[in-house]
Amino acid sequence: MMKLNLALNHKVGVEKNPRKVKNNIFTTLVIFFSVVTISPIILIISKLIIKGAKQINLSFFTETAPDTFVAMTAISNGEVIPGGILNGITGTLFMVIMAALIAIPIGILIGLYLYENPNKIYANIVRDIADILQGVPSIVLGLIAYIWIVKGLTNGYSALAGSISLSIMMLPLILRSTEETLKMIPISLKEAAIALGVPYHKVIFKVMIPTGFSGLSSGVLLAISRVIGETAPLMLTALGSSVVNYHLDKPTSAVPLLIWEFYNDPNMVNLIWSSSLFLLGFILTLNLLSKHIASKRKAN
Amino acid sequence: MMTSEKITKRLLFAASLIIVFVTAGIIFSLVGGAIPVFSEFGISFIFSSDWNPSEGKEEYGALPFIAGTIITSVLALVICLPLAFSTSLFIGEYFHDKKVAKIIGTLVDLLAGVPSIVYGLWGFYVLRPFIVDLGLSSQGFGIFTSGLILAIMIIPYATSITAEIIALTPNDLKEAAYSLGATRFEVVLYVIIPSARSGIVASFILAFGRALGETMAITMLIGNTNKIPNGLFDTGNTMASVIANQFGEADGLKLSALIAIGLLLFVITGIINGAGKLIIKKLSK
Amino acid sequence: MSIINLNIKNPVLSLKDLSVSYDGEKLAIKKINAEIKKNSITAIMGPSGCGKSTLLRALNRMHDLYPDIVTTGSVFLNGIDVVEMSNIDLRRKVGMVFQRPNPFPTMSIYDNVIAGYKLNGMKQKKSERDEIVEKSLRDVTLWNEVKDSLQKKGTFLSGGQQQRLCIARALAFQPSVILLDEPTSALDPIATAKVEELLLNLKKKYTIVLVTHNMAQAARVSNQSMFMYLGELVEYGKTKEMFTNPTDKKTEEYLTGKFG
Repeated sequence: MMKLNLALNHKVGVEKNPRKVKNNIFTTLVIFFSVVTISPIILIISKLIIKGAKQINLSFFTETAPDTFVAMTAISNGEVIPGGILNGITGTLFMVIMAALIAIPIGILIGLYLYENPNKIYANIVRDIADILQGVPSIVLGLIAYIWIVKGLTNGYSALAGSISLSIMMLPLILRSTEETLKMIPISLKEAAIALGVPYHKVIFKVMIPTGFSGLSSGVLLAISRVIGETAPLMLTALGSSVVNYHLDKPTSAVPLLIWEFYNDPNMVNLIWSSSLFLLGFILTLNLLSKHIASKRKAN
Repeated sequence: MMTSEKITKRLLFAASLIIVFVTAGIIFSLVGGAIPVFSEFGISFIFSSDWNPSEGKEEYGALPFIAGTIITSVLALVICLPLAFSTSLFIGEYFHDKKVAKIIGTLVDLLAGVPSIVYGLWGFYVLRPFIVDLGLSSQGFGIFTSGLILAIMIIPYATSITAEIIALTPNDLKEAAYSLGATRFEVVLYVIIPSARSGIVASFILAFGRALGETMAITMLIGNTNKIPNGLFDTGNTMASVIANQFGEADGLKLSALIAIGLLLFVITGIINGAGKLIIKKLSK
Repeated sequence: MSIINLNIKNPVLSLKDLSVSYDGEKLAIKKINAEIKKNSITAIMGPSGCGKSTLLRALNRMHDLYPDIVTTGSVFLNGIDVVEMSNIDLRRKVGMVFQRPNPFPTMSIYDNVIAGYKLNGMKQKKSERDEIVEKSLRDVTLWNEVKDSLQKKGTFLSGGQQQRLCIARALAFQPSVILLDEPTSALDPIATAKVEELLLNLKKKYTIVLVTHNMAQAARVSNQSMFMYLGELVEYGKTKEMFTNPTDKKTEEYLTGKFG
């Protein structure tokens, strides 16, 4: 009797219930498409590692990019292409640090303003403007920095123009993350300081900002990681340079600009992989670092 | 005497003016730069498909690039839709709060970190030959390849918000459906999608807005021809890619035409992003 | 009209027609008149939303922080209108402790105690600072528990210890009044008992105003009690008398648990 029952149950379970079949197909599709979604990142990273890792050596970091004839000679002699991407690394760091120096203080101050005036109509307009700015394609900001700085100020392509275009990209990211971070701090902390008679500017700069420091730095890191791989706006502003440059008013290279140059030069095209691997590695490290800080903050 | 409170508040307000002036300045400069080409060709600049920079016979029209931008972005959206939606369900519902969902979520986030130019390289050296091998097109350049790479690029933007909204579906609603004997598929169809609908729509609109302005990867894959594309596997140009491509040798009327295209791009992305943000704002109320 | 069964001489705080509105129209507290006795504990009770916290926060002008809030009437501290005093002066003399323990998370235990001095830019010798910190921590019976970990972050302490640290932070200025806004609502019974014991000790040196939603707590620790309802001060009297023989019907109903 028992056996019969079990067998019957079993049979009912196996019977093709169209609803269950649909459900199973759907679940399979969800898993399948999810795997498809993540495969590009795995394919991209592995391609860069396979083709690029072997080219990364000490001179990659200490020498500037070779010119096309040197590269051609090396190729025809069957040698490794000499040189590195020092001019790109220094240019990227120079311009990104300049951009951060402009965008961080302004972004944090605006974030503070929004936090202090949550319901003002003007504050809502500022929020909307930040949203608009965040959606502006980077190439358009390149055009703007070209008009304002290249044409208007430095009379030619310059690191400053590149920095300005990057800083406009960073600004909305930093101010929104600042506001979100401050909102997460319990209001009673601010009140505790006020109740001690602490002057307003010290409440802001000595209590609120230090308390939100990890949130702010996570936002800043994320903003930097978003702009560090930008190519299009730099093509219109910094242009590129074959030497290491630290002058604000001179054309300057950057890692993404070098990748673009290598890509367009048949003699140097082999260098794209190592440069891209380096750039992606740098960005993903910043990304993960920012996430790590943010999640540690949440755990607290 | 000014108190520290007043000084600080003024400082914060002054900072907020910077972003207002920068944005106003962007609009002012784009409009100013676009005036020469609009005064030369009038509104037909938008509807003309002639593009001829040779001196004396200069003709500029933005239509091919507007068309190229919209076609590639719509294609990207269509490809991205099932992928991003499935991944969002994976993260926000099927494996919510499980380790595997965190791993998938992190990998999807990493997609957002890959620079456009690296997508371009990968598209050029991996995706394009693959398309040629499939016999879809002889060179592999064009609308389809661009749409495909764009789809990959916007997936993280669509997924992050959609997954979050799906995870927010009230548990009691889901449990009510399960208690009536619904399958998971039916719960997704009749509970999760209806309750998360506007959020999902908003996140795909925002992802679409992203696609409109992507530059480098498209520049490397679309084939850069200044005409209205003639099918999925034809070549073309987008508004962003034509600026990147033609900028180097531009001055005078041509520069003005490129700035005018930048202005159009600014307006279109502004409208799309505005619509997305508006829906999200209504949601959070 | 309020029923006031008290006659206080030389009050530390006097409230004259004190009203507060959050939107400029509806009053959250309505024309409160009362005087607070020196070196004693005055409890403010009432159901939630009755305005007890609003009243407390009016005493050290906490409402100034929010521009939309309108305060009318006045509060006199030792005969001086608090509006005439500078922020730092007022808040040195009137300390405040909040519902949830809120030590500054970026500061050590030591820095939390001395925070009022440091953040106001008051410079002292290290020996003076050490003395203030030790004395304040002894006052809240925390010294023996933390004297070996003064440089650790205050947020590592237990909830009850954190709240006592916050009281020490308020005591460091040697205020004449301490305002406590439901200070034990986030604490367990043992930590609550410790804080209550501490308050009974502190009233020898300080005047304490305690907002509590817990009638038993008011009965245990306070000398005088205010009962508030719908923004009005209904009854104010000696705690013992009020709990045994309330004058107003509403007070009686509240104290017997008919509502609240």
